[in-house]
Amino acid sequence: MNPFESRFGRSALAIAWRQLHTMITKPAFLLPSLLMPIFFFVAFAGGLSAVSAAPDFDYPDYTTFQYVFVLMQSAVFGGVFAGFSIAADFEGGFARRMMLANRNRNAIIVGYAIAALARAILVWAVVSVVALSSGAEVLGGGVDLLGIAVIAVFLNIAALLFACGMAMRLRTMQAAPLIQLPAFLLLMTAPVYVPRPLIEGWVATVSDFNPITAMLEAGRSLIIGAPADALLAIAIAAGLIAAMATWAWTGLRRAEAAG
Amino acid sequence: MNGAIATAPPAGIGAQRSGTLSQVGYLAQRSIVRTLRQPAIVISSMIFPLFLLAVNSSGLAAAVNLPGFPTDSYLTFALGLTFMQGALFATMGAGQSIAEDIQRGFFNRLQLTPLRGPALIAGQLAGVAVQGAFQGLAYLLVGLAFGAHLEAGVAGALVILALSMLVSVAFGSLGLTLGLRTGNGEAVQGAFPLLFVLLFLSSGALPRDLIANDWFEVVTTINPVSYLVEAFRSLLINGWDGEALALGFGFSLAILALGTFAATAALKTRMERT
Repeated sequence: MNPFESRFGRSALAIAWRQLHTMITKPAFLLPSLLMPIFFFVAFAGGLSAVSAAPDFDYPDYTTFQYVFVLMQSAVFGGVFAGFSIAADFEGGFARRMMLANRNRNAIIVGYAIAALARAILVWAVVSVVALSSGAEVLGGGVDLLGIAVIAVFLNIAALLFACGMAMRLRTMQAAPLIQLPAFLLLMTAPVYVPRPLIEGWVATVSDFNPITAMLEAGRSLIIGAPADALLAIAIAAGLIAAMATWAWTGLRRAEAAG
Repeated sequence: MNGAIATAPPAGIGAQRSGTLSQVGYLAQRSIVRTLRQPAIVISSMIFPLFLLAVNSSGLAAAVNLPGFPTDSYLTFALGLTFMQGALFATMGAGQSIAEDIQRGFFNRLQLTPLRGPALIAGQLAGVAVQGAFQGLAYLLVGLAFGAHLEAGVAGALVILALSMLVSVAFGSLGLTLGLRTGNGEAVQGAFPLLFVLLFLSSGALPRDLIANDWFEVVTTINPVSYLVEAFRSLLINGWDGEALALGFGFSLAILALGTFAATAALKTRMERT
């Protein structure tokens, strides 16, 4: 049986469609998530490329180096922006009506996750066009690119589940900074500008334990066709999904309890 | 406060002047108190730029090894950008405040009082100036505490605070224009990334002569934010650089003039609309 023909599947698709419809008909909701990664890419790849001339910078192309960061950043922010929508739906009372209409409310989370992934795919497509036309090199083969895609999709799902858990606990747009800030902290304490050995100070220590580091480094190795620790990165991403699914599910239970 | 505005002396140039000044005073006080009562805004405008400073000074420390880099401390170099980030937060704060006033009907009530338009703009900007000074002081103290250099000494610190206030007010006037034009807090927030572009496309992360991409160097050269950042940075790294300071103060004043003009026009339109 096609899962999307079930009541659960139809509910999830309806919620996803509503999100996507809003995104398409109101550009103000789509543009920030689309423009931010492009701004980051232009600023970092364009403005900081001289950093690749620093001694011991061990990566062949700085534009490609930043392209992978922006892909992962888009994955995270696709989930974060969906979290804003969830918070807004709770604040506006629409989420309560959705909960009344759905017997299995996990469909709500799945619906938002589908919309978040669709938004991320759109952003990845635009960012890829910008990056490839400005000189990013893709040397990896099909399997390598599939690896990057799996990591990015997993990261998007984990970010959505985190944002969902936060939004369902607080049920107000005031939750926005609490959704955005941890995501931003994780992203910026990974090796954003230079490879890990060149980072100094406290960020060097934090980046060693930051789960985004493994995904970023794996993505950067896969795109140049020299895979390193890709399976480890996928495993870490899967672990994040498991932890964040619990967080989101308990958030949903809290929202249900709150009525 | 409305009562105070309503009792502003109605006659005589001197009385009008003192009335306008007291209006500015009350609105500035309200603007400051309102900002202080929203810890989320205060904290985010303080913490976020400092966090980026901490991350960038570690993450980009390798840049000081580039030939021709003007200092051996990336923290000192990056501190200039931090003041600009603070100013952008002030922009959004000013825009958000006036938009909320419009959305909640406070603006309509103000129109029933003898409040003058310039007083409304000056009052809001006075609050932004105070915020800019506090932010500037906080960034400077934190930067120095973590090892940044201040080549221009104590007098340089005072100039940094003055420039921080001026830049905050200049960008605050742009925020006011946004708030008055849209009358919507969400729309003001939505414009934040667009203002952030000015930071991204500036010489905030590397000196202009070390930017490898020609097109990016051109963009940073025509972006006025580059000159504001370089004015702050000159006091930290070079000491007293008259050209950098003249460009920094000059562009700030130009942006302020443009922003005030646009805000006045937007206020006029808004008053006609309501």
